[in-house]
Amino acid sequence: MSFYPVILWTDALIYLLVAAGIMLGMYARRHEHMLASWRKVVRSASGMSALTILLCFTLIGLLDTIHFRPVLEQSHTEKNIYSAEVLSLLDLLAAPLRSQVEKTYSAPLSAYLYAKQMVITAEGEQIWDFARLTFGGAHLNDPETELTSDVLWRSVSGAGAGLLIWVGLVFSLGRIQARHYHISFFRMQTAIWHATTEIPWRAILMTLAIILVIGGATVALTTHYHVLGTDKVGQDVLYLSLKSIRTGLVIGTLTTLIMLPFALLLGIAAGYFRGWIDDVIQYVYTTLSSIPSVLLIAAAVLMLQVYIETHADMLDTTAARADLRLLFLCIILGITSWTGLCRLLRGETLKLREMEYIQAAHAFGVSHWRIISRHILPNVIHIVLITTVMDFSSLVLAEAVLSYVGVGVDPSTISFGTMINASRLEMAREPMVWWILFAAFTFMLALVLSANLFSDAIQNAFNPHSQVFTGNSDRFLKNQNQTEEKTPSDRSASRT
Amino acid sequence: MTALLEINALRVQLRTDRQPIRAVDGLSLVIHPGETFALLGESGCGKSMTALSVMRLLPEAGEITHGSIRLNGDELLILPESTMRKVRGNRIGMIFQEPMLSLNPVMTTGAQIEEVLLQHFSLRGAAIQARILELMRQVGIPDPARRIKEYPFQFSGGMKQRVMIAMALASKPELLIADEPTTALDVTIQAQVLDLMRNLQQQENMAILLITHDLGVVAEMAQRIAVMYAGEIIETTDRERFFQSPAHPYAHKLFAALPTRRKRNQELVVIQGSVPALSHVFTGCRFADRCDYAWEKCHQIIPPWVEISPQHHVRCHLYPEHSIESLFSRTYVTADNLSVSAQIAERNTDTPLLQVKHLKIHFPVYKGVFKRIAGHVKAVDGISLQIGSGRTLALVGESGCGKTTAGKGIMQLIPVTSGSIRVRDEVLSKLNRKQLLKKRAEFQIIFQDPYSSLNPRMRIVDIIKEGMQALGRNPDKITTSENNQHDVDTLLRQVGLPTEAKWRYPHEFSGGQRQRIAIARALAVNPQLLICDEPTSALDVSVQAQILNLLKTLQQERKLAYLLITHNIAVVDYLADDVAIMYLGRIVENGRTEEVLDNPKHPYTQALLSAVPMYEPGTRREVIRLQGEPPSPANVPRGCYFHPRCPHVMPICREVYPPVSRFSATHTTHCHLYHPVSQEPQDLQ
Repeated sequence: MSFYPVILWTDALIYLLVAAGIMLGMYARRHEHMLASWRKVVRSASGMSALTILLCFTLIGLLDTIHFRPVLEQSHTEKNIYSAEVLSLLDLLAAPLRSQVEKTYSAPLSAYLYAKQMVITAEGEQIWDFARLTFGGAHLNDPETELTSDVLWRSVSGAGAGLLIWVGLVFSLGRIQARHYHISFFRMQTAIWHATTEIPWRAILMTLAIILVIGGATVALTTHYHVLGTDKVGQDVLYLSLKSIRTGLVIGTLTTLIMLPFALLLGIAAGYFRGWIDDVIQYVYTTLSSIPSVLLIAAAVLMLQVYIETHADMLDTTAARADLRLLFLCIILGITSWTGLCRLLRGETLKLREMEYIQAAHAFGVSHWRIISRHILPNVIHIVLITTVMDFSSLVLAEAVLSYVGVGVDPSTISFGTMINASRLEMAREPMVWWILFAAFTFMLALVLSANLFSDAIQNAFNPHSQVFTGNSDRFLKNQNQTEEKTPSDRSASRT
Repeated sequence: MTALLEINALRVQLRTDRQPIRAVDGLSLVIHPGETFALLGESGCGKSMTALSVMRLLPEAGEITHGSIRLNGDELLILPESTMRKVRGNRIGMIFQEPMLSLNPVMTTGAQIEEVLLQHFSLRGAAIQARILELMRQVGIPDPARRIKEYPFQFSGGMKQRVMIAMALASKPELLIADEPTTALDVTIQAQVLDLMRNLQQQENMAILLITHDLGVVAEMAQRIAVMYAGEIIETTDRERFFQSPAHPYAHKLFAALPTRRKRNQELVVIQGSVPALSHVFTGCRFADRCDYAWEKCHQIIPPWVEISPQHHVRCHLYPEHSIESLFSRTYVTADNLSVSAQIAERNTDTPLLQVKHLKIHFPVYKGVFKRIAGHVKAVDGISLQIGSGRTLALVGESGCGKTTAGKGIMQLIPVTSGSIRVRDEVLSKLNRKQLLKKRAEFQIIFQDPYSSLNPRMRIVDIIKEGMQALGRNPDKITTSENNQHDVDTLLRQVGLPTEAKWRYPHEFSGGQRQRIAIARALAVNPQLLICDEPTSALDVSVQAQILNLLKTLQQERKLAYLLITHNIAVVDYLADDVAIMYLGRIVENGRTEEVLDNPKHPYTQALLSAVPMYEPGTRREVIRLQGEPPSPANVPRGCYFHPRCPHVMPICREVYPPVSRFSATHTTHCHLYHPVSQEPQDLQ
């Protein structure tokens, strides 16, 4: 075998999360009320564009999750020797980015280093000048004159390739959809471009076009340039940004996963049982939320640090060590952040427990556990969904802040926080090294903004107040449609 | 006479994400100065939209697409918003249904009235205070000087509605729009508020546009009446003619659907189907699908506006060719056909199904940091009642008298302070949780609000099966799922719903259908006793008739006993065998329905019955107006609980709670006006 698969702790949890996501999807398919709300999400144009961007991020994150150790040398003996370095599929795909390391800072798309140093010219002279980069623009003879046209040509051809892929996508989508609805290809295309389809394909395709054009241009440039420059030790900033995505996603999702059981169990228990149980739970979360969470996190992270130092033999690679710290950060963030959702759920449960259908269940002698799982949980799930998606963006930001303070992820873990932390001093330098911060800023903005827009769409769809309105209009339509049979095409249209 | 308000061919549309809804479709009406004009209709027929159009306060999704609204000849629809603001609250006043929601809870009532006065008058300083006091006195709020400094939470519902009326009257409007002004109030309070509105109208000579669904309120208040159905007016006439000879088949049906004593032994006439969706264009009569007299023409041609006698217009193809009399006879033929077998034979009541003795439910009131118990709210304070199997006992009282609490206490949903509840031979309080679980199959409950009594996230089949599963109706053998499915189908058919309904979710059903589902859920465990907590008070008259018919049929089929908790005397009259009147947690009068309703003994029962608005041609009936409001159950008066409001109060009433007086084997009351019996009667022990 030429590689040795590695499953880190966070990897395992991410796989679990993906599996849970698929299960939730299957559950929603079988339940009309969930399906109806998701249909509303699917119909929202801004939500679907945001989802497209989010899916791209998720794809990168998932690629970065599949870890392995490459073989160092294919020995003839039975045992292969594997590298101590843990790589991911993303590292493999972005091998040029990872391997093309310069000496130190270089500006985006530059052929020179950012700092002057002693250079030996062809004539053997030593001069104090900006040296050429080892990889960036190395193919150019005279960067002064050739660079601009080369960059332009490469980016345009890359963007063109991206556009071609996009056109192919549009055609195949049109074909599939047209066949599905049994209409002609051109009618389908007009429907898509006049935004009359139920799923806002136009918005999705526009977003995809932007992603593909930018992505195509970037890919075309990466082979010969550092698109976003390099950092202090000459690493490609684009590579750092791509690697940071997984860290951000892990923090955003795993923390939620850890926080949910606390919030759900304690929040619903407090609201449902009231009395002393409520008192105790309220006391706990009031206390917890009044302790400065940075203090708690710092203490916990430092404790873990000591633990890792003393048990160094337990973890074979640096990646495993960094990963454990990341996981621990998620856990401690989760433990400190369940109070908000818990409070919301308690309030909602207090309201629900007085509802007459709960009273009716009591009258049947239904057990507490069954009332909670069948009557209360499904009726608070919209709050959970909204809160978790909203929390996602704030957690990504929290990681950045914590890493900046120095109690965040392991220094060897690449994250937006460490990127910002590394670049903060260089902001004061003259001339300024701005691109690291710029890259972190752009990627985080795209990630958090799309997560926020998507959560907005979810909130609109799951908000019971807006549901009341459509519920009524649905009923109106039902009354009206009772006489006229739905045609099969109608039905398939409503299913998609 | 010149018209005060003239609405001409008004159309209001509500935008939705699909087709627009034509909430009001070509409505015309005229209101003259000083008259009370009632707009009568069931929920969703566009009454409130009409009122809001006059005020130009339609919700954002609504818009007036056609028509004109003239107030004293001024076209309101073309006025700019700034001028319109001077019309609202100045020339037109409005009071809403929910007095609890229409007052700002963080402003004193005085300040809220002052706000109106500042807006429309140049009164300042002492003058404005004097005017506020005058208004408060005018609407009958005692001790106004103190009350204007108080906040809305310190007022009861009836008093809040009085404050609302004072605000509406502040600018001496020419027209008062009252949107269901008394629907949220109790009968005795409703009588007070209606009285007040009538008096004020005479003093100020203003016109009232009264919007209501309650035929009783219409009978009490209105001079002219317009019946609305599906966005248009289908009949206008004056009160006498409307109650003596309604012309439109819909109006006929509304009267036939009202439960009364006379209809006791027959099914109520129901209106088939439901109000048509207002989103499509009508090509014929809107009522045609539900009308017994409809023929081809009704489905094809929109009926014209026919004058059948002066001041009596109707929108129906039956006129003018057919006479009203022919209609009448036909109606009664239909009603007789529906009549069901007479009352089930008297049952031996030696072993009552449910026997409640001295039931007390007190809620502790906590005070201070350490939650010391400072007192008790005596929601139910020692009631005794019994129900034989197959019989119906009505527990009647105003809101806050503890009747719902008593129902929940009997269901063992809330802890009982003292007293015993016996179902057949077992005392419920002596059972442990497991034994109680078995017993629960014998008594079940139906709630008031069909919208909150079904879990919106569960399918109908799961809702109905829940009780079966929890109680394990056949504990010995494991029920197969097909067996269960079959049971669900049978139940749905029994309550008059199609069996496909079980795969759907509650939001797809109307209020009446939901109440049927709630009944099916309760019946799923085969109970002997159903506690019906205001089962029809959230429903329209025609739907109420359907549910009452269903309850009656089920009683005959399954020999069910009902504990009917209600404030609606008409329902009691139609359905109940026995009545217990409750006041402040105690039963003040108890007896067979005929005894209590025909010959009420307790002053409270007398007042309650006389306050129920109803139409009696010619005579104005004697109404006993109760003063004040029921006291709080946290702080009950000494002696007879009713003495602060009683018109026959005697010194002894203030000291001692009256013992039982007995008029017949079944009819008892607690009042000092009558001779007490020396000991508790035998059958209550």
